[in-house]
Amino acid sequence: MNDHKPINYWKSEYLGRILVTLCGMVIVFTTLAIIVFITGKGIQSFTVSGISLWEMISSTNWSPNDGQYGALIFIVGSTLVSLGAILISAPIAVALAIFMNYISPKFGEKVLRPVLELLVGIPSVVYGLLGVTILVPFLQRTYGGVGFSLLAGIIVLSIMILPTIASLASDALRGVPPQLLEASYGLGSTRWQAISRVVLPAAKKGVLTGIVLGLARAFGEALAVQMVIGNTIKLPDLLTDPTATLTGILTMDMSNTLNGTAWNNALWSLALILLIMSFLFIMIIRFIGNRGAGK
Amino acid sequence: MMNSRTVNKIWTGVFYAIALFVVLLLGFLVYEILKSGWGFWDLSFLTGESSNTEAGGGIGYQLFNSFYMLVITLIISVPLGLGAGIYLAEYAKPGKLLSFIRLCIDTMASLPSIVVGLFGLLVFVTATGWGYTIIGGALAITILNLPNLARVSEGAILDVPDSVKEASLGVGATKWQTIVKIVLPTALPQIITGIILAAGRIFGEAAALIYTAGLTTPILNTAADLSSPVNPFNIFRPAETLAVHIWKLNSEGIVPDAQAIATKAAAVLIIMVLIFNILARFVAKILQKRFEGGKMKRKKQPQTAA
Repeated sequence: MNDHKPINYWKSEYLGRILVTLCGMVIVFTTLAIIVFITGKGIQSFTVSGISLWEMISSTNWSPNDGQYGALIFIVGSTLVSLGAILISAPIAVALAIFMNYISPKFGEKVLRPVLELLVGIPSVVYGLLGVTILVPFLQRTYGGVGFSLLAGIIVLSIMILPTIASLASDALRGVPPQLLEASYGLGSTRWQAISRVVLPAAKKGVLTGIVLGLARAFGEALAVQMVIGNTIKLPDLLTDPTATLTGILTMDMSNTLNGTAWNNALWSLALILLIMSFLFIMIIRFIGNRGAGK
Repeated sequence: MMNSRTVNKIWTGVFYAIALFVVLLLGFLVYEILKSGWGFWDLSFLTGESSNTEAGGGIGYQLFNSFYMLVITLIISVPLGLGAGIYLAEYAKPGKLLSFIRLCIDTMASLPSIVVGLFGLLVFVTATGWGYTIIGGALAITILNLPNLARVSEGAILDVPDSVKEASLGVGATKWQTIVKIVLPTALPQIITGIILAAGRIFGEAAALIYTAGLTTPILNTAADLSSPVNPFNIFRPAETLAVHIWKLNSEGIVPDAQAIATKAAAVLIIMVLIFNILARFVAKILQKRFEGGKMKRKKQPQTAA
């Protein structure tokens, strides 16, 4: 055995190991860099341009030409449009998940899963364009007004986040032990009783995670919403009124402003708000996960 | 009180109705896009130059830019994602560092694409002094896709049975040799499926590109020097992709046929997404067969016998 050529551990182990470790670190450094850069830029409107933080998150007066940077309209717009989308999308998504797991797994696997995968694959500009060409004219005919509205944004978003919630809810339902269902059947329950009282409560954690992820996706979606919501800087009185969102104003105005001006800094603060919101959603998901695991 | 059986039947009906509704909805959306974008296969449209003022423009540059952007992005993101996946599955030890890395991946995965685009504007456009470039855009979409590629690779590697790894380690291979020669080939079908699905998303991404790759394309000339901004393959030139073009036409298009071009371009995008989806399924099936039909089955048998 001693006359064997010694293995070159440097070449056959350490080099590869170092390379893949670096790849893992790239993720960490990029995430930290994003946080540092967006935060650094986002707080300049408070530290350099002297805008009050409280005014920004509580005032509805956004008129950069007069030095007014109240962003409440955008915050409310983003919140309403994503909550509205969740209200429509979550029940449908959970129903789909139930259908795929308990009503007709074969149809679910052969038809619904590919359908959901395609819905995920449709680019957001195409959703936006469909909204502009089909939904907006339809809403205009039905409710009058311009058609570009909060409702249009809600409907477009609810289709976009449907696959996210449905696939996570479906995974959660699949994780429920079949014994629970059988025990429930054994006690004489119908399928609906077993699903609504035993299976769904058991899968609550995963379903909630899916809904929060859907909410996060809706909150951060930019182009599809921006194309149909009207981008009027005004709080909506009705579902059919146009309004504006954080992502929308960022998409439209960032290139119109000069770097370093108060207006530009205020926009970066809106980007920071988006970043903080996405942290918040992750914290909620982690909280849901931990609370379930502790029990 | 309604009979619980009747309630059960009603709910079963509701579930069927919802499932059918979603299938019909997708059918309706695809039908509408293809109908309003009918004629998108016209060669003079697919290869023609777009015009800022006159009707009858094509999407030749944008289509090329989208494909080129996809290739550059995959060249950057696949090795990084695969490497990170290998690290997570094989080398990372459970503990504080690993849970921090996972937190970073979760954070990165849930970043709104417009925020990633703005980060790209700060770093790849302004700080580097490159201006709007293909490479800047590719790096921005790499950030968007890296978490997903890392997760897909990690999952595929973890799915490789331990017995296969142990056999390789047992005959004296190092861990790295085992990963490269045994684990990765076995995990390949899943990884490739993940990459193709990611490619579909990269192809349709727009929000992260508006402020990194820009809204314009110079008039391209293949004869130009590679360092010239008009050479199509120069990665340091601005490049408006197809998805961005649709958005631009809709928001600030002044050509008279903006809507027609946008819907046709959307039809092209949808066809591409369909192709990527079908390809992913097809490739997964073929590779699965090749691997399982050959060596894998013989390897698995002793395991079940034991």
